[in-house]
This record gives sequence, C-alpha cells and structure tokens, in this order.
Amino acid sequence: MTTHIHETTSYDADEFGWFGGEAEGFGGRFMPEALMKALIELDDAWQKAKADPAFVAEFDAILRDYANLPSPLYHATRLSEQLGLRVLLKREDLNHTGAHKIRNVLGQALLTKRMGKTRVIAETGAGQHGVASATAAAYFGLDCTVYMGKVDTDRQALNVARMRLLGAEVVPVPSGSGTLKDAINEALRDWVATVDHTAYLFGTAAGPHPFPTLVRDIVRGIGDEARAQSIEQFGGLPNAVVAAVGGGSNAIGLFTAFLDDEDVEIHGFEAGGDGFETGRHAATIQANDPGVLHGARTYVLQDEDGQTIESHSISAGLDYPGVGPQHAWLAKSGRASYTSITDKEAMDAFALLSRSEGIIPAIESAHAIAGAIKIAPQIKERHGEGATILINLSGRGDKDMGTAIDYFGLGDAK
Amino acid sequence: MSTSVAFEKAKAENRAALVGYLPAGFPTVDGSIEALTTMVEAGCDIIEIGLPYSDPVMDGPTIQDAVQQALDGGVRVDDVFRVVEAVAATGVPTLVMTSWNPIERRGVDRFAQQLLDAGGAGLITPDITPDFAPEWIEAADARDLDKVFLVAPSSTDERIAMTTAECRGFVYATAVMGVTGARAKTSDLAAPLVARTKQLSPSGTDLPVGVGLGVSNGAQAAEMAAYADGVIVGSAFVRTLLDNRADEQAALKALASLTEDLAAGVRAR
Ligand SMILES: Cc1ncc(COP(=O)(O)O)c(C=O)c1O
Repeated sequence: MTTHIHETTSYDADEFGWFGGEAEGFGGRFMPEALMKALIELDDAWQKAKADPAFVAEFDAILRDYANLPSPLYHATRLSEQLGLRVLLKREDLNHTGAHKIRNVLGQALLTKRMGKTRVIAETGAGQHGVASATAAAYFGLDCTVYMGKVDTDRQALNVARMRLLGAEVVPVPSGSGTLKDAINEALRDWVATVDHTAYLFGTAAGPHPFPTLVRDIVRGIGDEARAQSIEQFGGLPNAVVAAVGGGSNAIGLFTAFLDDEDVEIHGFEAGGDGFETGRHAATIQANDPGVLHGARTYVLQDEDGQTIESHSISAGLDYPGVGPQHAWLAKSGRASYTSITDKEAMDAFALLSRSEGIIPAIESAHAIAGAIKIAPQIKERHGEGATILINLSGRGDKDMGTAIDYFGLGDAK
Repeated sequence: MSTSVAFEKAKAENRAALVGYLPAGFPTVDGSIEALTTMVEAGCDIIEIGLPYSDPVMDGPTIQDAVQQALDGGVRVDDVFRVVEAVAATGVPTLVMTSWNPIERRGVDRFAQQLLDAGGAGLITPDITPDFAPEWIEAADARDLDKVFLVAPSSTDERIAMTTAECRGFVYATAVMGVTGARAKTSDLAAPLVARTKQLSPSGTDLPVGVGLGVSNGAQAAEMAAYADGVIVGSAFVRTLLDNRADEQAALKALASLTEDLAAGVRAR
C-alpha cells in the first residue's frame, strides 16, 4: 500500500477547516453561500471515501498501474559528496506527467466519479495542474475545462496544446493580472453556476475547507512512501525534510508523514524572486501578513487596503500570492521553518543538479535543492557528519527548458 | 440609517424597494458620487456601494470591468467612505458591498466604526457567511449596523434559517446559480427561494427579502416585485455607464431613465 490517506496528525484542521483553531490559526471556509452546500458535500464525501477500504485500494491501484508509483527514493551520491552529508531525492519527477501533481488529480477525479459528477474544472498557472487535470479527465472519461490566465496561455503554448490534445477545453482568462490567481477566480465563477454536476479539482493544498485537507490527504503518499523507503533502504529517518512551497501541495505531501516525528526538521522554501528585500517575490509566509484569499485565512501578499499584490518568480508554479493554510499554521506554531530562495539561487541549483546527477529538475523543485544546499552546514552542525537530508524532487524540468535557454543563453549558436 | 426604514416605507406604499449598486471610484470617485446621487434622485430607495477588490469571486464580466477601472484609477478604501458619506447625506440608507479581505486587513472593528462615522447603514458581504463572520457580527451588533448575508438556490433549509437569524436590515437572495450580470430572462429559481427564505426566517422578525442577480429592466423588476420586498440591480447600472463612457451627461441621463423604468417596475407588482 502506498498511501495512508485515512491517517491523521497532531497538525490537522478541525471540522470547520481551522488549522490551529479559529482564533489563532488559519484556514476556514470564506466562500459565497452558493458554494457552501457543495463544499460541505465534498467534505462529507471525502470523509466517507477515505474510510472506505475499497476506495483506498482503487486509488492505490491507479497510482501503481497508471501513475508509476511509488516513486523511488534515490541517494544522490555526487551531490552528497559536494554537500558533505547524505542527500536523498524523492523522485516525483518520474511520475506519469512528470510531477507530484498527478497524485492530486487522480485522487480528486476518483472522488468525483464516486460522487456521480460528470465534469471537472481546474485552474492552472504554468499549465502543470491543467495538464494533470486533463490527463485525469481523459483517464476517467470526464469532461474537463481548464481556466488559465491570458498572460499564461500566451507564454505556455506547449501546455495549452497538451491540454487540448488530451481533450480539455482551455479558457484564457483576461481579467485582473491574467495569471494564476485570476484563473482561480474564474474557475470559482464557473463552479458557482455549475456546481450540481461539476467538481472543482483544486490544484494545490489551499483554498476553502475541505480543499487544504482533501489535497493534503491525497498527496501525503509522497511522505508516506519516502518515510518507509528511508527506513527500509537507509536504516532510519532523515534528519531533515525539504520541499519547495508554492500553494503548498508537494511540500505538505512530503511533510505530513513526518509531522509527528518531532526529531525530523522540516524546511519549506518559497520563491524569493529578485530577492525578498526587493518586494518582487512570492515569499508569502516570510512576508508574514495574514489575510483571506481564495477562501482561506492564510498569509497573503497584499497592500494596506487588502488588495492582493502580484507575486514574482522565475518559477510559474511557485508564483502565487497566497499559501496553503496548513503551512501558515506550521510556520506560526514553529513546527516547520520557511525561508526563500532567489531566482538566481534556484537556477544555480537547477544547473548543479543537472550536471552532478544527470537530473534536470523542475525550477520549482530546484528551489528545494537550493534550500537544501543552503541549510546543509547547519544540518551537519546539529546532526553530525552522517546527517541525512531528504528533498522532494517534485517534478522534472522539461517544461522549463524555454526559461533555461533564456537564462543560461543555451540557444546561442556561437 | 438602517435599510429597514426604506423597506417599511415601500411596504406602506404596497410596493417593493429598489436597491441600486455601483462600485466606488467608477468611473472616478467624484463620478461615482454623481452617478449614485442621480440614481437616488431618480428613485432608488437604497444604495449599495461596491468596494473595489482585486480578486472578486461573485462578480461577472460587467462589474469586473468597472471594478478594474476603479482600481486602475487608484481608488482606496478611504475613498469608499467618502462616497458613502456623500450618498448617505441624500437621506437614503447606504450600504457597502465588499469582499471580506479589505475589512479584515483594516481591522473589523475599525472598519465598522469608520462605516458608521460615514453614515453607512451596514454591509453586504457576498463572500463570507455568518458561520465565518463572528467578528463582523459582533462589531455590527455593537453599532446597530445592518448585516446583509446572502442565501442561494443551493442553500439548505438549515443554512437559510442560520443565515436569516444573523441578518439585520434584509437578506439578499441570489436569484440564479451564478455570478452577477444582467440576464435576458428572470430566473425561475428566484420565487421558490424567496418563499423558502420567508418561511425559514425567524418568526416575528418580518425580515425583508431582496432579490438580485440578473435584473436589467422595469418588466423584470415588476415580476420580482410580485414576491420580493426589494429588487436589487447592479450590472445594468454599470453597463449603462460603460456604454456611455464617452459622454458623461448622456451617461447620467441614461442612468436616470433606467432608474425610473426600474422604479416604475417595483410599483407595478
Ligand atoms: C513540479 C512542481 N513542483 C511544485 C509546484 C508548486 O506547487 P505546490 O506548492 O502546490 O507543490 C508546481 C506547480 O506547478 C510544480 O509543477
């Protein structure tokens, strides 16, 4: 069995979706009344599904036979030598469609089937979640509409083509900044009108309750697998687990299995863009300003009137001005620490992993590699020379070659 | 002044109340004051002033356009209070309609006090429900401000009862499953929702029910006035201003004649 979707931790939300309680914590369900019934039904359906062994077995079989899971836990020996500690990579880049995101959409689409709905909608930034959603829709025979900011459809034409080939309708969203947050707004508007037969496949562990919990439960297999693999292959738990944080799905997917292992350090890395101090970044937790965005109280990039400020990152998948509420709580409660990685640090790590391991990571995942490089000296200091750091390699970098060509000048003929 | 005053007056005249919406700062801050004043003079009984927000979920393309224009023009929360003050001075109950985050960012108590000081009647909160609004409920109760929450065709009986128990002023019934925007036909979901809402409202309170989403002319207003206490119109007013953006005088004239048509509609139940 690969997933432990029915298990709980001491950092779960209460029945109203509050992580850390209503007064001090994050999450909740800040949504129009028109969607309340659907959100409550979704929560009920999920509680029942995850307690149903037949559902869990079916999900596991799909992950195994279709998505190529469990993904390997790989000892990156050359990177380990360079950093002077043991580096383990959770190879989510080897999953079908090339990222952890396939777990999320297969789980949510399986639930959609169970609920008897026939259509799914999704938002996407760079197109990764859109492609994953279109894939899951094709797999289950569901209609699929993907909302994508107009700016993003223009700069991610290849993913638009992939989604269309997979049979999805792609709707460019011109409003607002024409990016991910506007695609979420538009998907919610669709959902308000179609909720009786449509499921919203939310792309990350954020949004209104139950999405942060639902998505977390579905993707927690990343950490469940990694924890078991670490014990089996390397004789124990890692000293630290590390992931990149955009909305927070790959990170919470890794972290969940380790939350109650109090000796395991947990580190999340947000996108620092041009540098935190420049204000051009997506380091939402570091900015430490609570607000309500897309249905949850969490940390939000916002001005003094509460208007959302556009985020900036070289990585489209991390370029989001909010963050999943459970991460906000893990940060506030001190269980996990979050800092940021600049575009430059991420691209250096992108090149380093390519050359030293023969693995081209997604730029999102390169933020996690860069983060591990940054904290390696402290980890060694705290845990000794034999220390182990486990990194979520959330996706592969094929999609990022256009960015890499521009950044490194790889296309120059001379 | 609470909106209940306007509903009582309409009821005494055996008609529905006309509730008109425009976002503050659209087309400009002063322009929105002028437009809203025109709507009051032409027959709106209650005014809803939209607080422009970067990420509105419940708004369709027409209102999004106007809100974006207001934001591009640099409208601030303090400007919204200035518009409230000017419109409330005409004597009609004046509400602010807003997404939640700008309130949370300013501080719920401080926002409520500033709204009261500006002469505002209360708030319409389309993207938060009473079960997640204890702070606002407390701040409003302390100042006797109207709390207008929404019910939808998808609302369960239990949620309608919970919501109406927390409303003051009126309850906003969204006539369609969908976002704001003028529609050619009135929705057949509206009448049953209003009936259900009236039946589930706390007994003895006589909480008025306003119906909105999709109303664009006097005939539709008349249809809804047959069963609702208030008819709420937004996108049609915004559309009128957008269509006449080149000529301010023509825009105000068109706004006045739309208001008159709607005002006649709510009297033709
Ligand atoms: C490979 C990969 N990793 C990480 C992310 C960031 O999302 P999240 O924080 O939800 O894991 C993305 C999003 O597109 C991604 O494609």
